Amino acid sequence: MKYLLQIYPHQGPEDWARLSADEQDALVAEYLEVSRSPGVVDGAQLQPADTATTVRVADGETLLTDGPFMDAKEHVGGFLLVEADDLDGALDLAARIPAARMGGAVEVRPLVER
Amino acid sequence: MTLLEQVFRDEWGRVLAGLVGYLGDFDLAEDAAQEAFAIAAARWPKEGSPPNPGAWLTITARNRAIDRLRRDRTLAEKTRLLEVPEAVEDEMADTTFPDERLELIFTCCHPSLALEAQVALTLRALGGLTMEEIARAFLVPEETMKRRLTRAKRKIKDAGIPFGVPAEHVLPQRLAAVLAVVYLIFNEGYGGRVDLAGEAIRLGASLAELMPDEPEVHGLNALMLLDDARRGARFADGELVLLRDQDRSRWDAAKIARGREVLDRALALRGRGAYVVQAAIASLHMEETRDWAEIAALYAELVRLTRSPVVELNRAIAVAEVEGPEAGLALVDRLDLDGYQYFHSTRADLLRRLERADEARREYGRALKLAHTEPERRFLERRLAEIAA
Repeated sequence: MKYLLQIYPHQGPEDWARLSADEQDALVAEYLEVSRSPGVVDGAQLQPADTATTVRVADGETLLTDGPFMDAKEHVGGFLLVEADDLDGALDLAARIPAARMGGAVEVRPLVER
Repeated sequence: MTLLEQVFRDEWGRVLAGLVGYLGDFDLAEDAAQEAFAIAAARWPKEGSPPNPGAWLTITARNRAIDRLRRDRTLAEKTRLLEVPEAVEDEMADTTFPDERLELIFTCCHPSLALEAQVALTLRALGGLTMEEIARAFLVPEETMKRRLTRAKRKIKDAGIPFGVPAEHVLPQRLAAVLAVVYLIFNEGYGGRVDLAGEAIRLGASLAELMPDEPEVHGLNALMLLDDARRGARFADGELVLLRDQDRSRWDAAKIARGREVLDRALALRGRGAYVVQAAIASLHMEETRDWAEIAALYAELVRLTRSPVVELNRAIAVAEVEGPEAGLALVDRLDLDGYQYFHSTRADLLRRLERADEARREYGRALKLAHTEPERRFLERRLAEIAA
């Protein structure tokens, strides 16, 4: 089965800036390592939520608004697309993502199979 | 319960577990099992029950499920059983099927399901309770319970919740979730609606049979048996009776003996987990003279394991018995449990023993406001009246 792992980092750019260069390197390396695990199909880090543009179409007219759709405090900061035998496989991988232990969270959602 | 109902209760979990494992689909398995049980209910009283009822039910249910799948090819393509030859009921009368109840328990108690769904699923799938019984036990409308179960089963399927014993590195945590569900069912049973306490004890016994080397499983079973043994003595004429005042002749001696035997097994397996410790405490509480120093020491161990302020409150009660109410009160006053009924009733009791009547009265009043059952309320009122006198 395929699962989308949505990563909520709970850290803003300012938190990141506060880390030492070594700490930053270690984290990046850790993210890379997780994303190279067997079963990972795809993945990426997203630009901050304020770079988002939300699109709606009403009566054939495209309406654009600045910012993310959800007016939430936390936004998805990245994702992994994972192929796993079952939910436990996906959960194991999610638990290895640094955000999960650093005050953030990872939301695991199964994809609809067709 | 009739003999037939008894057989059904005993066989349901195992038959359903085998079907879920075989079909890989909870709903299909449940429908097929139900159909097989209905056929048995119609046939067995007339023709006599087969020599191996469990195998008969499993085979009949499998055949029904295969029939249904053949009728629905698109569904069939998605299941695990395509080229399986149809079993013949009579030939397989003495075939044994692997017991897959453990796999099913771990599916039902998967932490990605809401706790109330875990409880309902476990009672339905392994306890064989009907939807109506479960709804009644938890005081919710049957429709609500049905929706809850349907949603949970859909999640099992759509999210790919595994049917199996979890991997070693998550097993302790997952087992803890299973035990928590069983214990929750047991505690709900104190309300005495459907016999949930009995159901929990049965589930616990199955778990012990399936995981004989897990000390915490035995610990939980011992705890449930020892608590349940006192059930008949907790109330006299509808009034709450404290442990020290309980009529021991109304305790179930056979259950106590069994509970202690199970506790010994847990200890022999070097069990030192939270359930084992709680069972050991329960056992000490039931001795003719209570060894409060030992009880206090075990509560200290339990505090270390659970870090629960409620457990610390219990330790304070034991310490008060050993070192006096002053020492107990000092511990209680360090706790941040304002608004918890038993915090206030414990404080009240200690203050009463220290003859600080005004403060005791105030604390009883606070406990009284928080009490949610009539017998508890009356008990506290009696205590208040005693101080006034």
